[in-house]
Amino acid sequence: MLLWRVARHLLAIVGMALLGGLLSATLVRLAPGFDTDEHELDPSLSAESVHALRESRAGEQNVLRYYTDYLKGAVRGNLGVSHTLGQPVQRLLRDRWPVTLRVAGIGLLLGWLLATALAFGVSLSRLSAYEILGTTVSGAFLCIPAAVLALLSVILNAPGYLAIALIVFPKIYRYSRNLLAKAYAMAHITAARARGLGEMRILMWHVLPTAGPQMIALAGITVSIALGASIPVESLCGLPGIGQLAWQAALARDLPLLVNVTVLVTLVTLLSNSGADVIIHMVRSREA
Amino acid sequence: MSAARKLACVALVAVCVVSLAAQWLAPSGYAKQFRESPNSSPTRKHLLGTDEIGRDRFARVLYGTRISLLLAPAAALISTLLAALVGGLAGYLGGIWLRLATSLTDLFLSLPWLFLLITVRALLPLNVSPLASVLITFLILGLLGWAASARVLCTSAQSLRTSDFIVQARASGLHASRLFFVHVLPNLKPVLYAQFWISIPVFILSEANLGILGLGVAEPLPSWGSLLRELEGLMSLREEPWRLVPLVLLIIVMTSFQMVLSKEEVAA
Repeated sequence: MLLWRVARHLLAIVGMALLGGLLSATLVRLAPGFDTDEHELDPSLSAESVHALRESRAGEQNVLRYYTDYLKGAVRGNLGVSHTLGQPVQRLLRDRWPVTLRVAGIGLLLGWLLATALAFGVSLSRLSAYEILGTTVSGAFLCIPAAVLALLSVILNAPGYLAIALIVFPKIYRYSRNLLAKAYAMAHITAARARGLGEMRILMWHVLPTAGPQMIALAGITVSIALGASIPVESLCGLPGIGQLAWQAALARDLPLLVNVTVLVTLVTLLSNSGADVIIHMVRSREA
Repeated sequence: MSAARKLACVALVAVCVVSLAAQWLAPSGYAKQFRESPNSSPTRKHLLGTDEIGRDRFARVLYGTRISLLLAPAAALISTLLAALVGGLAGYLGGIWLRLATSLTDLFLSLPWLFLLITVRALLPLNVSPLASVLITFLILGLLGWAASARVLCTSAQSLRTSDFIVQARASGLHASRLFFVHVLPNLKPVLYAQFWISIPVFILSEANLGILGLGVAEPLPSWGSLLRELEGLMSLREEPWRLVPLVLLIIVMTSFQMVLSKEEVAA
């Protein structure tokens, strides 16, 4: 059953990632001005060189043919060459992935720590002052655009991962606080309290098993949020990661780079969501 | 209505009224350059000082607020209508339509929102007139932002499809289109309303993000995105605190939007 579930998820992920790549390739191809290349304006280039430049991009005219060739190359481990950076895409992704992994990873971890500490603190203390503090702080960060938090981290000389932490924090706090509030409002928890069970025991034995699965699902979603946030954060903080690469690829309409980044981003997003789903399934089947 | 909600409504109305009265409150306009006083501090003539090319910052904040507050609801309307069409119809029809719509929404939701937005905006012409850039930016928001709402509407329409009164109406021979437009769609109204209201702050924030990255509304037209972009040149927060006014205003408006929508409406 679990294996079938994992296989079904993997199939859906591959299909969706391939569709995502095709979508981005189609968008780039249909974008106005796709045929133009600013290198052609270089007066030092001869007519033959300009012709050769056009020839090199001729394969990209037909989206389906380009995408089939790309997939064939990808199977052999060749992801193409970036038009703007003049480097193999595989190398670019390999070099930049660790930066995003570090920035988004630490940011996510910090955001989760902050949000869950506050949410559990508010739930355990049951003080309205803490509740108001949590709602106000999370509400304020929810109202600030990701790019502004990135700019503020530059102004304040703070690391980029702090901006990502503050972007994901309010979403995690609001959702987990609601989950915990719902769990604490259940009749069996009130009964447990009435019988004098300790707060920690109630939390560990009754609240977490109820709210846990949905918090795992939230963990999957926050990966996607952190990945999206890494675009403004890396672009504005000058961090050479995948987010900055995605921004450069989009601005330069670099087809090979954009298709690969889209496939990668889609894969990571879907893998994190499906991973969370599989973990939830495992937890629930163990409970059953 | 709670006191906080009333306060939020008053704040939103006040910001809207003030921004709509921009031409009277700031008659110099958003584009006029006072070249004798660029980068000036707040004075009686320029309440929030001037920017680096001498434009009145107060006027730009008012006009920028007007643009963001007028066009975000328009984009939210487009996305909600699209969501109603895709999600509502797919949930109501079921079968292959439901699977198709689910796959389409999954595809849109599998890409981080900001990534999708930046990619599509960057692929469209950037060197356009300011008015065209406003339309392009908010049209993109409306046309790409329907997926999450469509999923919610799809679920609601699915549960409506099996409800007693719809089954009875179908059994009494009511035509499918009449059933959808007369019975299903009106019952989706609370969800549609909530999704519309939720989308507005999301689109305001998205426009701000695009603007800061240089992909939003083109100069000289101001928007919250282009106004917040000015923070890039700030060396410290204490240096010129009046430059933070657009950010404070944005936070007030966003908080008001959050407070106006009750928990029950969000849950709907």
